[in-house]
This record gives sequence, C-alpha cells and structure tokens, in this order.
Amino acid sequence: MEVNQLTAHELLDKLKNKQVVFKDIMEALYVRIQAVEPKVKAYARFKSENKLSLNPQTNGLLGGLPITIKDNICTEGLNTECCSKILGNFRPPYDATVINKLKTAGSSIFPLKANMDEFAFGSSTENSYFGSTHNPWNLECVPGGSSGGSAAAVASDEAIWALGSDTGGSIRQPASFCGVVGLKPTYGRVSRFGLIAFASSLDQIGPITKDVEDAAILTRIISGYDPNDSTSVNQDVPDYTNNLGKDIKGLKIGIPKEYFIDGMDVEVKRVIEEAINKLESLGVISSKVTLPHTQYAVPVYYIIATAEASSNLARFDGVQYGYRAKSDNLIEMYKKTRAEGFGEEAKRRIILGTFVLSHGYYDAYYLRALKVRTLIKNDFDTVFKDFDCMVTPTSPTPAFKIGERAADPLKMYLSDIYTISVNLAGIPAISIPCGFTKKGLPVGLQIMAKPFNEEMLFRLAYAFEQNTQWHKIKPRL
Amino acid sequence: MSIDKKTVKDVAHLARIELQANELEKLSRQLQDILGFIDQLSTLDIEQVKPASHILPINNVLREDKPHVCLTPDKALENAPSKNGNFFSVPKIIE
Amino acid sequence: MKYETVIGLEVHLQLKTKTKAFCGCAIDFGKIPNSGVCPVCLGFPGALPVYNKEALSSAIKVALAFSCQIQEYTKFDRKNYFYPDLPKNYQISQFDLPLSRNGYLDIFSENKAKRIGITRVHLEEDAGKLIHELNASLVDFNRAGVPLLEVVSEPDLNSPQEAFDYLTGLKNIIEYLDVSDCDMEKGSLRCDANISLRPEGAKELGVKAELKNMNSFKGVKDALVFEVSRQTELFEAGQTMVQETRLWDADKGLTISMRNKEGAKDYRYFPDPDLTVFIIDQPMVSQIKAQLPELPREKMRRFTQDYGLSEYDAKILVSSKKDAQFAEECIQRYPGKDKKNIVNWLIGPLLSEANFRKSNLHELTINRDELISLIGFVEDQSISLLSAKLVLTQMIDSQKPAVVIIKENNMLQISDTVELTQIITAVIQENEKSVSSFRAGKINALMFLVGQVMKKSAGKANPKVVGELIKRRLTDA
Repeated sequence: MEVNQLTAHELLDKLKNKQVVFKDIMEALYVRIQAVEPKVKAYARFKSENKLSLNPQTNGLLGGLPITIKDNICTEGLNTECCSKILGNFRPPYDATVINKLKTAGSSIFPLKANMDEFAFGSSTENSYFGSTHNPWNLECVPGGSSGGSAAAVASDEAIWALGSDTGGSIRQPASFCGVVGLKPTYGRVSRFGLIAFASSLDQIGPITKDVEDAAILTRIISGYDPNDSTSVNQDVPDYTNNLGKDIKGLKIGIPKEYFIDGMDVEVKRVIEEAINKLESLGVISSKVTLPHTQYAVPVYYIIATAEASSNLARFDGVQYGYRAKSDNLIEMYKKTRAEGFGEEAKRRIILGTFVLSHGYYDAYYLRALKVRTLIKNDFDTVFKDFDCMVTPTSPTPAFKIGERAADPLKMYLSDIYTISVNLAGIPAISIPCGFTKKGLPVGLQIMAKPFNEEMLFRLAYAFEQNTQWHKIKPRL
Repeated sequence: MSIDKKTVKDVAHLARIELQANELEKLSRQLQDILGFIDQLSTLDIEQVKPASHILPINNVLREDKPHVCLTPDKALENAPSKNGNFFSVPKIIE
Repeated sequence: MKYETVIGLEVHLQLKTKTKAFCGCAIDFGKIPNSGVCPVCLGFPGALPVYNKEALSSAIKVALAFSCQIQEYTKFDRKNYFYPDLPKNYQISQFDLPLSRNGYLDIFSENKAKRIGITRVHLEEDAGKLIHELNASLVDFNRAGVPLLEVVSEPDLNSPQEAFDYLTGLKNIIEYLDVSDCDMEKGSLRCDANISLRPEGAKELGVKAELKNMNSFKGVKDALVFEVSRQTELFEAGQTMVQETRLWDADKGLTISMRNKEGAKDYRYFPDPDLTVFIIDQPMVSQIKAQLPELPREKMRRFTQDYGLSEYDAKILVSSKKDAQFAEECIQRYPGKDKKNIVNWLIGPLLSEANFRKSNLHELTINRDELISLIGFVEDQSISLLSAKLVLTQMIDSQKPAVVIIKENNMLQISDTVELTQIITAVIQENEKSVSSFRAGKINALMFLVGQVMKKSAGKANPKVVGELIKRRLTDA
C-alpha cells in the first residue's frame, strides 16, 4: 500500500516509529494528485504544472501530517474563496480557529483548498466557480456536496484527511456518496471563527476521514471553547479515542420511521437494513421511533438557511476584497458586482432569503420557520429521553449523475432530506460507509446522538466499522 | 402565498443583485415553486410555540474590555479592489 | 389657526470603552485611517462578534439613570442595508427586544418643569467614516464597531427650546455617568429629530420630517426652529406634508429634502445568529445600580439640603459634574457656618471669571485653599469686595497666593478712623452741595460722598466704616 493510502492514525504510528518521514507523505500525495486530480478535480485552482510547496509544521503531536481544508475555512495568506468568483483571490489576513488548533497540534495545512459548492450552496459540488468535482467511484457521478472536494480527495487518497463544513448535510452526504467517514459535531462544539458563514445558526466544521478512529482524533483536535465565537460552548472535550472499542451491547437505537419513505432508493434501503441487522447482531436493541415533524425540515431549512445567508453574504459587495465590477455609480457597482460575482444558486438563495425576511412576509415565513424548528428539536429531545442513538440512511439515494438534478433546484434540495433535521436540532451525527449498491456506489449510514455526545457516535460507528470491511475498499481510478 | 415578477425585482434590488429579463423570468418561476413547497408549513398550528432563534441554551456571552493587536493598514487593505492611500475607495456617493 | 409642535429625539451616544463593541480593537480616533481595525470590525469573511462586557454595563447604567425598565431578556438583531461605511452591509442593533424601555428625563425649560418620556435605550454599533472626494468616496473603518447607545425619546417635546434643554439635561446625566464624551462636534453624540405640527388640540400626530446632520445642540434647535416655520407655512398654504428625511445645512440655515434611502420597512431585521441572548436578572441590575454615581438631581437635592443652597444656585452648580465637584470641595473647605457666602463667590465672581475666560468653573487655575483665604480677607474687612475681585483675577492669572497679591498691591483696607477722618474732612469741604442735599434728607447724597472717599483712598477705604463716619459727622454737626 502507498503511503498516501494510509489513514492518519496509521501514518502517525509510522512517523513515530520512523518508518516514514514527512517528505514521503508529501511526495506520495503529489504523485497521486498528479495522476488522478485531472479526473477527480477535488481541489480548487489545481494546475498540474504548478509545483506545490509546503513548509512542514513538524513540532506537534501530528508530526506535520498534512490536512486538506475546504475552501470556505480561512487560512492566512492562502486563497480562501468559497469557490466563488466574488471572492476573487481573497487571501485572509488571519487563520480560522480550527486552523490555529491544527497548526498547534502539528498539522501542515495543505496548500490547495478543497472544491465545494459556491458558498456551500448545494449537494453536488456542481455549483463551484472552478467546475464540478467527480465522484472517485464513478466519474460520471457527483461526489455529493457541498464538501464534495474534501470527500473526493479523501476517498481518492489525494488527501490523508480533510475538514469540511456542514449546514444541512454538507459533510455527511458527500462522505456517504464517496464512501468515507464524515462527522457533523454538535452545534457549538467546534468554533466557527474563520468559517465563512452560510447559515450561522446551522454551520459546523467537521472531519472527513478514511475511518472512524481518524474522525475521533481530528474531532478532538478541532473541538473546544473559543472566546472569539459567541456560539461556541465552554465544555470539556473528551479524548474521543478512549471509547473506541467499548462494547455496544444493550445500546438502545431508534429507527425513525419517517426516514424510510417511498422516494427512497431500493438499493439504499437494502444496504441500510443490512447495516441495522449487523448492529443488532452486535447486541444493540433497535426499535422504531417517530420524529413527527420530519417532513417540515426541508421547508424550515430553506427559510432559515437562506434568510441567514442573504444577510451573511451582503458583505460581498466589491468594497473591501474580492471581485468588483467596473462602474462609476455606487449602487450599479454593487448590483453588477453581485450579479457577475455570484453563481446562479447563490443568487437564488440570496433572493429567496431576502424575500422571507422582507416586510410583510417575516411572520409568515421566517418567524413560522423558527417555531417549527422548535417542534423539530422537541421531536429529537423526546426520542433521546429513551434512546442512545438513532440510525438512518445518510441520503435517500446513492450519488447521482452530474447534471441530473442541476435544472431542478427543488429536487436538489430534497437530496438533504435525511441530514437537515440534525442541523436544525443542533445535534451531532456521523456518516460511515455501510455497503455498496449493485452498481458499486457507496452507501452511508447516519448515526445521530444527543448534543455533545459525539463519544456515543464514535463508539457505535467504530464497533460497526471493526466488524465490517466497507471502509477498506478503495475506488479504482 | 405567491411571488410575482415585480416582487422578485424589488427583492433583487434590496439584495443589490442585477437581474436580466430572462433571469427574472426563470427565477420568479423557480421561487414560486419553492414557496409553494414551503407553504406546507402553514398547515401547522404554531400559535403557542416559541421561536428557536437560538438552538443553544447559552446566554450572556461577553468578552473583557481588553485591547488586542489590530491589523496593520497594509494587511487591512491587502485585498482591496480599489484603494487610495490608507483608504478603501468606492465610486462617489451621490446623496 | 394655532399649531402645536411635536418633537421626538433620537440620540446616539458613543460609549467610551477601551475597545470596540464586538472586537478588541482599541478605540482611538487619532489614528491613521484603517489602522484600528481587525477582521471582525472590517466584517471580513468568517469573522465573528463577541460583545464587550463593559459596554453592556455602561448601557445598563445609562438606562437606569433614565429610570428605564431593564428588560430581562434582550438580544441583538441585524439591520440590513447596503452602504459603503457599513462593513458587513448590516448593522448589529436591537429591534423588538431592546435593552430597556419606558424611562424619562425631567427637564426645566421655559420656566417650567416637564417630564420627557424615553421610549427605549438600546445597543448598537457605529459605522465607518466616509470622505467624499471629487471622483470617489473614501472609507475609513476605524470608527466601525464602536459601541453606540440609541436613546429614543417620546414625542413629548413641544418646542425647539425644549429639545435643546432635553439634550442639555441628557448630556449632563451622561457626563455624570462618565460613559460617553457627549461631544456633538466630535460626533460622540449624534442627534436626529422627528418633528411634526398639528392643529392645537388635535389628537393625532401630523406627518413628520426626520432631521439629520446637525452638529451642535444649537444646530438642533436652529434646525427645528426653521422646520417649525417651514411646516407652518406649508400648513397655512393648505399643502400636505410628505414624510421625509431632511438634512440641516448649518451654513445656509435651512433643511433640504434628502433623496430617499432604504426605508424602515426595508431593513429586514432578524435575530443575529452569531450572538447569544442576554438575560439580565435582578442581581445583575442591582450590582450595576450600586455602582451608579450620584446623579445631578440627587446632588441638587443634597446641595439644597446640606448646604442650604437655593434651588437656583444648586442647579447652576450641578449642571456640570466637574464644576459641582469643584464647588463641593470649596464649600467643604469653607469654615463659615453660612455656606451661602462661599456659594455667592462661586456663582458670582468665579463664574464670571470662568465665563470671561471661556472655560469651566473647575478649569480655573485657582487653589481651593487660597480661594477660602481670599474670602476670609473680605469677611474680616481686611480688603474690600472690589479689591477682592481684582485679587481673584490676579490669582487666576499668576497663581500667586492671595496674601502676596494683596501686599504687592497695597490693598489692605483702611478701617483706621484717624486716617479716614482726614479724607472725609477733605471730601466734605469739596462737596458742599452734596452735604446740604444729605442734610435735606437725600440718602443718595451719602452714597456719593462715600464714593468720593473711596476714590481718594484708591479703593482701600472700608466703605461701611466710611459711611458710618460721614453719617455721624454730618448729623452731629
């Protein structure tokens, strides 16, 4: 096996035992990127002729181990553009808190940023100014989104591990489509400082990794209270690796009946049922539960997320940074800059969000959505009184074809039907590989837990992973 | 609830996004579809429900009134599309 | 027809905290442009706000000083509009749940006391500064993010003079709290005025104009005076008013209609998801209440009660915190029982010295103990009141002790009857006409004779003694 194919924890062992050095990892990654990146396009602004240089950050626990960062997380002096034209070569003058934490831990920030849907608006990574990323399992398919670049890079061994961000499923759904592990931590667990906001009340940064142990290691590094983020919670971060390997016998697992609906792909259904059987064989006790307001999650999400986004993205106006259209008139400059700088989906969401907040519609849309959000959260609270976890599919379908849903925004929005509620409720959830369709596309199992109980997710996910081989299968590229 | 082209145009102005005629046409249709889908929320009785403007049970997050190190003007202006000395520059505002 | 003027004022106060509202940038306006900034106050992508503890406590002090009810549950909202001085294109402000409501300020205007309602005191942030050049507008964000308080009055003010007196009273209180510089010329206090007219006795409010761009209290008054006459003329010509924003042009002395910016209904207020709510409970309020300094109305009460001052005198002295402090120090050092004597000095000769020097009472360069000793010389009749005023002027100019100046100028009063009798004899001989007038019962003649003696003695004669001596001499003979 090549060095770049190893997991982070395997590499850490080898680094410690001097079986590999930092240079070996970087060289293996470069060779791999040169070979497959033209097909996968996991990175924004990749040019094969450019030699990548990286100063290793070797004086921490991680021994310089490189990490791939989604293009919406600020890295000082490194292009951070949310894969949008409007950020036009923006180089932040500061590092996001997670980047600081990674550097302190001895991680090297990979100089190429991962591709994504513009401003994380999408479920397919087709809405990138730099073009679509391709699914390493089937190049005609999308990698999911919006963290499609991060997931594809990890799946294709163009990265050891990566960070993504998840507002409505943007880590879990691409992890599921690409056959890797993706975690959305509890809202407030990981600092959002330096994450270019899509929807502030829903966004969280999280890991995309090759296995559960890597996810546990990375989550611990990036988590914790940040005095620069008012919404970060001051609560101790446990060593998530401690609970790996702990018995799962007797854990009570809820299976929400609303997640097993008609539109669900039969192959996905089969794989998920097999996965649940596997968990039961390992001793968990599963029963059907109900989350009665599930059907309202997508409409609530598209009100709250677009409303917040319309305001968060107002700052992209050509004044301080990024793209500016030529005009002698201020209002015209604004309008042209934003018309030319934002892609179609961004414009659609900004206008929808502006509308739902506007005078005369606020109560009917935004306020109503906030109230239904309370109902959705209450659904989860009720189930978690009696259950340790819930298990669902991550997505109703496997990866779909590039272009297939691009023309129908509503259909695209429904791709996130199983992931959105988690963000609305603020709870943590993980997606892990749990099998393949007949056509060879990966399927992800989503596990949800109570707020700040990431430990439970890792424990259950690890047990499943250790008793299956799905995470070891690599795409042929 | 429905959304007409005039409303979309007004909203786009508020959002400072210029729309071409064909874009306005297409967007109005798409927003109409999305709002139609969203309208299922109106069937819920939510009179007594408290809005979840914050999902976190935390409050009173404050910082001490202590100075940090500011950016240098060079850093602050590094990404500026147009500047004049230490100022950001924009097309002249006509009141 | 007679019209009633209805005025409401919106006052913005810059809080003088060390750092900005939502970031640690030091507030210092002497700096070169865009040097007191960071990613937060520049609204850079990814940056997040955390509110300043000191700003909150200052705001609560202001609200308490105006007897407002502090709201137990308060939150920040975003006010969305595009303007180049607004880094995020939204202002963090408060909408439906402000910090406090329902206060008042008692003013004394046009010879009557009046209570002016204060609708609300709420928190927000300042914008940057624009400089308009020939072909471009330039933006400096040093001011962006400075904590502001907005104090909104009820439309209880009925004349430009009342508006002026309200502002003076408000500034006085803020000065006591020491939370803002309240300097309108420097922009640390800004005031917009809403003014409308209605037929006397009418219940409904008329159509209002919002006046902006005044940069002194007098400017506010002048703008309102202009507006009263403009609106009266419109009314009398039978024209209908339009609700509009008008800019005060201080040079031309008139208000000009401003092209419509985004109206209030276009602001799309919604709760800022980057900030948490604030629960301000009774213990917190009590704690801050305990830190409140003595406010003008309390100090006035104490001055009248403890020092026997008239309300009029007390009001003059408390109208400036530092002057009141200066006065109180003098009063406390004054050994006499009747404090009226020292108070007469303070609001008499000292205040005129201050006025003459265009300074404040407390800024006079005079040692308090020296002042007391000067008053002592007058009281034991060592020098005349007239001389004492001259000494005072010299004391302030030269900072020499009173006794030195008195000696240098040979000002010790002549109370010695032998010396005085010689001068009186001469005066009587030279003014036979007045002597006969006095004998004929004209009291004024005595005053004239005393005056002549004073002249001859170069002001050093004790007028009281002189009067007695002349009277005795002329009635005895």
